[in-house]
Amino acid sequence: MDIANYIYLSVLLFTIGAIGVVIRRNAIVVFMCIELMLNAANLAFVTFSRVHGNLSGQVASFFTMVVAACEVVVGLAIIVTIYRSRRSASVDDASLLKR
Amino acid sequence: MSILTTLQLLPLIGAIVVAVLPVGNAKLIKQTALGFSLLVTAVSLFMAFSFKTDETALQFTETRSWISAFNINYSVGIDGMALALILMTTILVPIVFLAGWNESENGRWSVKVFYILLLILETMMIGVFAATDVFLFYVIFEAMLLPVYFLIGGYGVGERAAAAMKFLLYSLFGGLLMLAALIGLYVISTNQGGGTFDIAKLSELTIDSATQNWLFLGFFIAFAIKAPLWPLHTWLPTAAKSATAGTSTLLLGVLDKVGTYGMIRFCMNFFPEATKTFTPAIITLAVISILYGAFLAIGQKEINSLIAFTSISHFGFITLGIFALTSQGLTGAIFYMVNHGFSTAALFLTAGWMIKRRGSSNIADFGGLQRVTPVLAWSFFLAGMSALALPGLSSFISEFLVLVGSFAKYPVAAILGTTGIILAALYVLIVVQRSLHGETPETNKGILDLNLREKIAIAPVIAVLVVLGFYPKPVLNAINPTTQTIMTHAGVSDPIAKVAK
Amino acid sequence: MTTSTNLVYLIALPLFSAALLLLLGRIADKWGHIFATLISGSVFVIGVAEFFAMQDRDGEARAATQKVFEWISVGTFQVDASLLLDQLSICFVLLISGVGTLIHIYSIAYMSHDHDRRRFFAYLNLFIAAMLLLVLGDSYLNLYVGWEGVGLASYLLIGFWNQKPEYATAAKKAFVANRVGDLGLSLAIMIAFTQFGTVTFAGVKEGASGASAGALTAIGAMLLLAAAGKSAQFPLQSWLGDAMAGPTPVSALIHAATMVTAGVYLITRSNFIFDASPTAQLMVVTVGAITLLFGALIGTAKDDIKKALAASTMSQIGYMILATGLGPVGYAFAIMHLLTHGFFKAGMFLGAGSVMHGMSDEVNMRRYGAIGKVMPITAATFGLGYLAILGVPPFAGFYSKDKIIETAFNAGGIEGILLGGATLLGAAITAFYMTRVIVLTFTGTKRWDENAHPHESPLLMWAPMAILAIGSVTSGFLLNSGSALVNWLQPVVNERHEHHAEEFLPPLVVSTMALVVVAIGIAFAILKYRTVSVIAPTDVSIFTKAARKDLYQDSFNEAVLMRPGQKLTAGLVTTDYKVIDGLVRSVGWIIQTTSSALRSIQNGYVRSYALIMVLGVLTLVTAIWMVTL
Repeated sequence: MDIANYIYLSVLLFTIGAIGVVIRRNAIVVFMCIELMLNAANLAFVTFSRVHGNLSGQVASFFTMVVAACEVVVGLAIIVTIYRSRRSASVDDASLLKR
Repeated sequence: MSILTTLQLLPLIGAIVVAVLPVGNAKLIKQTALGFSLLVTAVSLFMAFSFKTDETALQFTETRSWISAFNINYSVGIDGMALALILMTTILVPIVFLAGWNESENGRWSVKVFYILLLILETMMIGVFAATDVFLFYVIFEAMLLPVYFLIGGYGVGERAAAAMKFLLYSLFGGLLMLAALIGLYVISTNQGGGTFDIAKLSELTIDSATQNWLFLGFFIAFAIKAPLWPLHTWLPTAAKSATAGTSTLLLGVLDKVGTYGMIRFCMNFFPEATKTFTPAIITLAVISILYGAFLAIGQKEINSLIAFTSISHFGFITLGIFALTSQGLTGAIFYMVNHGFSTAALFLTAGWMIKRRGSSNIADFGGLQRVTPVLAWSFFLAGMSALALPGLSSFISEFLVLVGSFAKYPVAAILGTTGIILAALYVLIVVQRSLHGETPETNKGILDLNLREKIAIAPVIAVLVVLGFYPKPVLNAINPTTQTIMTHAGVSDPIAKVAK
Repeated sequence: MTTSTNLVYLIALPLFSAALLLLLGRIADKWGHIFATLISGSVFVIGVAEFFAMQDRDGEARAATQKVFEWISVGTFQVDASLLLDQLSICFVLLISGVGTLIHIYSIAYMSHDHDRRRFFAYLNLFIAAMLLLVLGDSYLNLYVGWEGVGLASYLLIGFWNQKPEYATAAKKAFVANRVGDLGLSLAIMIAFTQFGTVTFAGVKEGASGASAGALTAIGAMLLLAAAGKSAQFPLQSWLGDAMAGPTPVSALIHAATMVTAGVYLITRSNFIFDASPTAQLMVVTVGAITLLFGALIGTAKDDIKKALAASTMSQIGYMILATGLGPVGYAFAIMHLLTHGFFKAGMFLGAGSVMHGMSDEVNMRRYGAIGKVMPITAATFGLGYLAILGVPPFAGFYSKDKIIETAFNAGGIEGILLGGATLLGAAITAFYMTRVIVLTFTGTKRWDENAHPHESPLLMWAPMAILAIGSVTSGFLLNSGSALVNWLQPVVNERHEHHAEEFLPPLVVSTMALVVVAIGIAFAILKYRTVSVIAPTDVSIFTKAARKDLYQDSFNEAVLMRPGQKLTAGLVTTDYKVIDGLVRSVGWIIQTTSSALRSIQNGYVRSYALIMVLGVLTLVTAIWMVTL
């Protein structure tokens, strides 16, 4: 199987994630799209690790997973807090930075 | 430690002492500040008496290493020109304190901050004239903007914030150009055997003419903004309109002199070739300033901006004298700087009292003050006479020297400049007539004459104008060696009279 | 040249007195006027003593100098505060301090009701000091200090009652017109310095022989401009009439006898310049001739007694200026006329003041009439001055004015005939307007206001008038006997003693002609003013209308200088705000607009930030990709 297919898949997943972040309003969905992008990156890392024949890519993907886990914790906490105070999980409602 | 350093430190110590005084006790703060400024005056007078007028070298020099990586030093020293300007500064500061005893009370911040700012400003004003290291000069040149910015923005009237911002941005723009030129100069000095910021060493550099022109412009534009030369003048009337009388006095009387001082000390000293190249253009600008300032002064309806425009006219005279590069022109210009300081002080302070008493700065609101407030009216009148360079007052001598000095080399410019004396008569006499003469309107009948404190404040200013008008010799003797040094360095000599004696 | 140590007191005393009286304020109200008068008197005494001391010295030693201190010393520009008392300046010293003291005495009574009498006397002393400095300075720059000093004193005195706006305006006008003249003097000094390297009279005199004609003419023209400003000569004459706003003693002292003659002094002092430049001389005589007729014409139509006398002053100074332009022969006659004029014109002004004093400050001559009966002394002294100005023998004007007419004719050729004709015509018009003044004021019928109660003035007022009247009678004879003044001034003005150009007409013929035209003038005036209406008639010839309006001098100045100047100023103010400051403000505006445009991107939506990030990354990647390609 051609190794390039993994890269195509990774690009596809990343693009889906990016589009999701831009067009979806629900914070949870946006969040999941971000996870999708991270995983797309992980896939690319692992693939390149295979190509180059060393473990650096695998290490990086583990590192990413840890960061993603932390992010989920912090991010979900924020979303829940915002939901509690504003009764909405839409990212457009939380445009407070503008003022 | 040189007496110059002492002189600079004294107001700073004063500022620190004022800082620890209780905020509520305004009277104590004022008295302490006044005491320190008087001490500074005394020390500077002592310094003046120990100054040797027959020496051309810098005196009271001191050098301490500051940033050794770039060979930047704290180095000070003065010649006759710097001495005259420092003396003017140290005499004006206590007068400003005394004259504006109550002007700090309506500010955004406390009385204490006002006096701290003023004392810090005095340290810097002395330092800027004493510095013999260009970098040190530059740092003070820029840092001086801050106290003035806060003094205008915090204690002024009307659109003070906008005026302060305009002043700051204008000056920063000039400072930026100067910094660029300064770095360029440093690089050149590095290429010619060791980077330095020492004025004496920098003036010995050999710089090709194209580079000279660029560097000259960098310095000159900064100074032309400071000593407002047409068309870079528009910040001045705005600032003068908003600042308190005391701040305006120091701003126009002392700070703006840094511009003309810099033209002599740096532009001419470092870039003799470029000076020659740009002289015709600068003389033109100077003449435009003289006439333009005078015409605009005639057209002003507001007393402070009128004074500001007269200053633009007078800075035109100073610039004309400097770039005429004859001993009369140059000495006249330096003497003019001193006289203009006192003359403007007299104008701003008396006008400030008039405005404070009347509650308006529109000339049309005054009238008939001669009958109700004779002493105030006389002070304002004499200040006006000094502005129009009446013989017998010191400004006449300087103005005449400038004109006679420039006539030999640039007759057309001198003739045009001389017509300025007619315009000066107009702008002074019009405001004198509108404010002092005529029937006293009901609104002005209750205006009080000067009190003792104000009389004590204005008396020395007028005394200086009169005494130097009759006997300018001490000041001229101090300035003459400076002039000779500059002319020798520039390699020019006075034009010789056509008919030999 | 003798060295003296007393000269400085001539100036220092009155200057000190002026400063003292001004600084002390109201404390000095009680004795200020007496103090000032005593000071002025002591200056006169010093002057007389110096005069006699001069008589004892001979030839070169007659002139005395005193170096007071080193004033300005910059490079080659060396000016000392030095005084020079020579044959020319002593004439002025005596005139200024003598007439000055008389006028001080007169003013004690004249100003006795004024609240600010002390200030008035302080100004008078200031004037005396400045005027003496003007005539005693040994260089053009010292003269310049006195020159502007008298301008200041004149400004202060014209505007003495400056609570009246028109008086304040008159003062301002005088100062500004004088400043135009000062411009000339400044430029003359500058040219002199660049040419000769010095500004002392002696130095310039020495250098003048070697200077180019162009330079000399330029200096001469600039000096003439200065003289025109100070002496109210064409084209800077318009301020003198308005200057009559000042108290009458001021008009007598400053605007008749002394200050306005400073221009004559300046030209006489600079004789070495003018003698070497025929072009400059031609300008001088032209200005003199125009002004003498100009002033005389204005004088015929003025109803205000002081303005009529002011016009006469202008015209008489025109005579003097004309005489100074006639070369070495003319200077002495100019000075002689200046001295005699000092007596008779000051006397007449004081007489006018006396009449005004009696008539509750009425100045309109149409409101006078038959005052001679109630004020006999005033009328008599005024009458003697009148005979003197007309040039009736043996009164003062006969000697001085006829000499000028004679010299004018002797100028030779067309020029001589034109100038002589102008002076003769001037004499006729003078006779006309002076007779008019006499007829309207002292003779005829009473046309007084109901509230007027004219009375003779007190001793303090009429005594100075009487002394001046004696001067009007005798001074001409005394100065002319044995050519006293001509010989006295000879060392200063270099008149050579060999007989000058042949006479165009014998003196007797000239005198006869002058007397005939004067008689015609008198006859015309008497015939015309047999009856006088209280209200000035309006159906008059255009000449009268023009003369009443001062020959449109003010309208001209307003139309040509003032209004365009005001427009220019207003235009510049707008330009400064809209264009120059506008440019500066537009920089601020551009930055503001740009930043507010950029701010709209910051809408607070996370999604759009994310989109921008994605786009940014894409751009970056594309850029890198393209570069590495």
